[in-house]
Parts: sequence; structure tokens; C-alpha cells
Amino acid sequence: MGRYLVRRVLYGLLVLVGVNLLTFALFFTVNTPDDMARLNIGGKRVTQDQIDKWKAERGYDKPLYVNAKETGLRQVTNTVFWERSVSLFALQFGRSDASGASDIGHEIGERMVVSLQLAVPLFVLQVIASVGFALVLVFFKNSRIDFWGVVLCVLMLSISSLFYIIVGQFLFSRVLRLVPISGWAGGLDAVRFLVLPMLLSLLSRLGTEGRLYRAMFLEEIGRDYVRTARAKGLGEAVVLGRHVLRNALIPIITSAGSYLPYVFLGSLVFESFFGIPGLGAYAIEAISGQDFAIVRSMVFIGSLLYVASYVLVDVAYTWVDPRVRLQ
Amino acid sequence: MMWPKLVLLWSDVAVLLLVVALGFVAWRVRGDAQRRRDWLKVFRQPAALCSAVVLGVFLLVAVADSLHFRRALPTAGGNAVAYATRVESGLDVVLDPLVRGREVTYSAPLASRAFAKATVGTERVYPRLLHGGAHLVDDTTERTGDVLVRALGGLVAGAVAAGAFALAVGWLAMGRAGFGRARRGETAVPWGTALLTVTVLGALVGAVVSLAPHYHVLGTDRTGNDVLYQALKSVRTAFVIGTLSTLATLPLAVGLGIVAGYFRGWVDEAVQYLYTVLSSIPNVLLIAACVLMMQVFLDTHPELFETGAERADLRLFLLCVILGLTGWAGLCRLVRAETLKLRELEYVQAATAFGVGPWRIMARHVFPNVVHLVVISTVLDFSALVLYEAVLSYVGVGVDPTMNSFGGMINLARSEMSRDPVVWWSFAAAFGFMVSLVLVANLFADGVRDAFDPRARVFRARRPVSAKEAGG
Repeated sequence: MGRYLVRRVLYGLLVLVGVNLLTFALFFTVNTPDDMARLNIGGKRVTQDQIDKWKAERGYDKPLYVNAKETGLRQVTNTVFWERSVSLFALQFGRSDASGASDIGHEIGERMVVSLQLAVPLFVLQVIASVGFALVLVFFKNSRIDFWGVVLCVLMLSISSLFYIIVGQFLFSRVLRLVPISGWAGGLDAVRFLVLPMLLSLLSRLGTEGRLYRAMFLEEIGRDYVRTARAKGLGEAVVLGRHVLRNALIPIITSAGSYLPYVFLGSLVFESFFGIPGLGAYAIEAISGQDFAIVRSMVFIGSLLYVASYVLVDVAYTWVDPRVRLQ
Repeated sequence: MMWPKLVLLWSDVAVLLLVVALGFVAWRVRGDAQRRRDWLKVFRQPAALCSAVVLGVFLLVAVADSLHFRRALPTAGGNAVAYATRVESGLDVVLDPLVRGREVTYSAPLASRAFAKATVGTERVYPRLLHGGAHLVDDTTERTGDVLVRALGGLVAGAVAAGAFALAVGWLAMGRAGFGRARRGETAVPWGTALLTVTVLGALVGAVVSLAPHYHVLGTDRTGNDVLYQALKSVRTAFVIGTLSTLATLPLAVGLGIVAGYFRGWVDEAVQYLYTVLSSIPNVLLIAACVLMMQVFLDTHPELFETGAERADLRLFLLCVILGLTGWAGLCRLVRAETLKLRELEYVQAATAFGVGPWRIMARHVFPNVVHLVVISTVLDFSALVLYEAVLSYVGVGVDPTMNSFGGMINLARSEMSRDPVVWWSFAAAFGFMVSLVLVANLFADGVRDAFDPRARVFRARRPVSAKEAGG
């Protein structure tokens, strides 16, 4: 188990290296630092002096991969690649490209706290709601409830999350005036601002996940042990709740685990719609402001969370199902 | 008579090629008994059949909107022919009244007066619209009756025309005997359901067609443009993204998947590493990064396009390529697993024993047996991509802002919904069109998945059988 985990972690690191190379190449081979400078300064007439100054301020005036002017190790370290990519592994994010250059690491630290307040309860509620909904459908299988439940699922998963947000804001904030439309406050006040995005996010994924889990449970229900349990005289609720749910945990963990990184990054759209100053909103701001330094840091963090969640899922397997021996 | 200049945009070529390819595939399927059985299984399900009909109508709109041209401008004799800078499509010609019926600003659906008060002379009144209900003498008393008469007339005429059309096609295709069987519901394919769908659609279209030249059926937006027109134009954008992006994933997903599964060893390791790296990057961020790159490229190369439409279209096309290049990991994983299984089967072993080369085996024996995965994932991804387009356009990394798209409509609707009184029709139009497109795509995809891969069923709920039906 220990050795397996070490291997997984090392592989994860390798993946991160790949991500880094990929995004770096993507950003700097398609566009030169000059292009980026021109874009950031804006305007039609940009002089070479302005460009050079912009590049020097942000450290883009060095060679990309190999610095021929230096000697020894400095040939590699005194380059854009080293300063802007390798340092990410030490969680040194540097400064943003925008004019009022802020420290990205500091921003991320502050925003992560906000994102987590939305993400952690949401993740837990999401799994409970979807699994619960699916269990109800399976309990009433081949009845009217099941039929219309699935129809509802298909309808719900055909609706864009943007519609949920706009209708939800309109209904709950404008018409009923139950919660503020958007905004943020620290401490306990945050609850007021979090209720609506959380509810809408739950709703927007309920169709997809409810149907997925229902199919998983139905497949599990066809197995021999379920027949045995029923033959013993156990009630349907006990069969479902105790036996089927336990055995369906592995697929549930897999699908929930793959969703974990997105939860931590904060649902991009939800955060920006509701004015919640989390990581998702930060990423969207960076995208619309074409701030590559921030976008690359966010990509790195996203991949880091992805890799971490996969290791966690592996650990969860052994905990749920003792038959799974990691090697 | 001066001929317009045909404009072949990148995505047009792709859409037209797609239609040709669909025709080719249909022709091949007719000749292949196994494939024909599979597809028949799809169309045997009433839900899948209905959604196929509706999807067909959407496809028709998208294709009509993909035939672009620039009108020739009238010139003084002898001069070289000049062409309009505006690129129009076949759909624009059909919807010409909507394009020209531009109002000043917002107007509600089927309204004859503007949405906001304006000063006429010295009074503040709701002014009459320039086009909506302009034929009415006294709009306050006549409007409701006029709308009802037109809508009902169109409804009936559309239903009759569509129903007759469907019956005629059925008669021609099946002959008298086959038609009788279909009428009694004895055929494998539920033709009755298809006929009903066509008739209902015809009625809807009929009502809209009879109203549209005289009213703004779905109202107008802030700049006075018809919302129905925008929604119909958005269908093409959604369709292009949905189909081209999945097509763009196929070469990498299928090629690398088969190669990895067949050769195993280091090739497999490399391919696995590649798709793990790709799928570990949050999708929206990766796409955003790629789109930003593309944007800079387009900005620095303005000489590549003659008109704004060409630029917007190249952006759409490149967006599809990006979505394809970033989205192949899922299908690749499936194809690889399937190939790992296939390469151990007897017929592949036999082929190896006969000395058939690996590339030939992959092309002749492995590829045809993973096609069902490709079909399933193509139709499944379609609806997901249509939804995705809206989110990406909202984030600002989707299609060009000048191009009509559902994401763009929603984005504008967002501020309209917070106005007082609420301007709800743009939002409702985007909602209605998008949900119906995605819903039918989902239903069709479920049908395809059930028919082609019974193992991966989503366990559709069966309609509960009532006691009477069960007894009799």
C-alpha cells in the first residue's frame, strides 16, 4: 500500500511536469512575449520601448529555455521557463501580468478560503442529494414515480446551468427577496450569500448524477447477493440501504472523486455570477483580462487538485472495499 | 442579373462535408445487414424516432444557414462588379422579413407598440412599432383578433401540409401494402409516432410562418432586432460546435486508442501519460488558454480575412478544433480498453498467424469493431458540447461576440432580467430553443446507446403498465 501510494504520487508529479511543459509551450510558442506585451499595454501604437519596459518589469526579457549569456546552472535557471514554471512546484506563483501587478500566491491563499466555504458543503450535499434521489427512484422502480423521476432527470440535464442561475436569481432574489442577488461577506454572514448558489448548483447537477447513480444501483440490484438478501426476508429498504448502497460505493467514489477538483476550484460560472470572490471568479477575471500568469497558476493548481483527488480516491477504495489490495 | 459571389467559410465546408458524409454512411448502412439492424433498433423506440425528426429539422436550419454568399452591388455599367461587405446565408434569404423588420428598441412578443414610452410631439406615449402590427388600423382593438386568426390559420395549414407531406413520403416509400401495415401499427418502426411529430412540428412552424411577416413572434432585443431570427441563427452555431468538435476528437482518440491498445508496452504508457496530462487540466481553463492564444493570433493576422463574418467563422472553426484537441481523452480511454480486449480474440490471432501486418489488422479488424463506441460517444457528446458553448461564450472564450449564439443571448438576457419591468423574451427564446435542441439530442443519444451497446444502458424507466392493460 505504502509503495503503491508513493508510485502514484510520483506519477502524479510526472503528470504535473507534463502539464507545465504543455501550458508553457502553448503560451510561449504561439505568442512571443512581445505579443503578450502588446496585448497587455493595448492600443494601436505601441512603441518597442514600452514593450521592452513591460517585459523587463515582469521578467519576460530573458531567453525562454536556455540563457546562453550565463554559465553553469545559471544557464537554465535564469530563463523565463525556470522562473515562471519550475517555481510553480514550490508554489511560488510570482506576480500577475496586469498593470497593478499583485502577488498571485497571496490572492490564491485568500480566495481559497472563500472557495472552500462553498465547495466543501456543496460536495457533501451533492453526493447525499444525488444518491438519495437515485435510491428513491430505485426503491419505486417500474412505478409512476420512477418513470416521471427519470423524465425529470433527462429534462433537468438538458438545461444549461446558466438558466438555473438566472432563473434562480430572478425568483429568489428579485421576486421573493429571500437572499441577496450576489456579493460576499466574511464570517457567519457568508451563509446568506452561499445558500442560493449552493442550491442552484445542486439542482443543476441533480439530473445528471441522479440518473447515473440510478443506473449503477439498478445494475447492482440484479446481482445474486441481492436475491439472497431478499430471500432471507429483508425488506426492500434494508436491502437498498444496507447492501446495495455499500456495494455501489466504489463507482460512487470514482465519479464523486473525479468531480472533486472542480468543486475545489469553485464552480467557475457560479462564483462569477454570484460575485463570490473565490478561485473560480479569479480564474474568470484572469481569462477576460488575458492575464497569462494567473491563468497558468490556476491551471497548475487545478491539475494539482486533480492528481491529489486521484490518490485520495485510491485510498478510499481500500477503505471501502477490503478486497481491493493496492499494489 | 448579377450573380452573388459564393462565400465558402471554413465551418460551411465542414457542415456540407458532414452532410455528404451522413448520406454516405446512410448508404453504406443500407447495404450492411448488421448495421441496418442496429439503426433499426434505434428508430424502433418512439422517443428516439421523434427526436430524430426534430433533430432533422434543426439540421435543416443549420444547413440553410451554412450556404453563404455576398450580394453583387448594382454598379455603373462597365465597372468591375463589387460585392456587399455583408455575408448572407440561405437562412437570411428565407427570414428576410425578419431581418428588415428592425424596430428601434425592445418590443414584447407579438406587440404592436413599443416596450418603453417615448415622446411623440409633446406627449409621452407607447409609440406604434415600425413593423410589428403595422398593417392594423386600430391596433388596440384589432390586435388580439388578428393574432388569433393568423396563428390558428397557420396552425391548421401547417399541420395539414406537414401531415400530407409525411403521408405522401410514407406512401411512396412503403407502397400500399406496407402503408396499411404501418397504419395498423404492425411495422417495426412506429411510423404513427413519426407522423404525429411531423404534424405537430408543421403546425408550430405554420403558426410562426403566418405570424412572422406581420409581428415579432418572440419580440425584439435592445437594438430592435428580431429575437426569433437570432435564435434561429444560433442553432447553426450550436450545431457546428456540437458536431465539428466531436469530429475533431475522433482522429486522435481512435488512432491513439487503437495504437495504444494494440501495441501495448511503451506506446501504451506514452498514450496513457498524454491523456492523463490532458484530462488533469481543468477543461474550461485549458480551453480558455487555447482560445486566448488563438485570439492573439487572429488579432495579429488581420490580413487573413476579407469580412467580419470570415473572421468570426474562422474563430468558430478554430474553437471546434480546440475543443476537439482538448477533449479526446475520454473516448481514447474507451477505445484503448476495447482494443486490449479485441486483440486477444481468435480472429485477430488468426490474422496474426496468417502474417497480416499490424497496421492492416488495426485497420481491417480492430477499427470496425470499435466503431460503435465512436457512434455512441459522438451522439452523447453533442448535447454536452451545445451546453458547453453557452458557458464558454458567457466566460468570453466562446464564439465571436458578433456571431449569434445561445451563450451570447443568455449573456445579454442576464442584464435584461434585472431590468424593471423585466425583458423576459430573449431569455425565454434562448431557453426554449436550447432546451429543445439538447433534449432531443439527449433522447436520441440514449436511443443510440441502447441499440449499439446494451451493456452501457442507462436503464430507462419503463412506462408503468396499468392494471387494465396488464390484464387484457
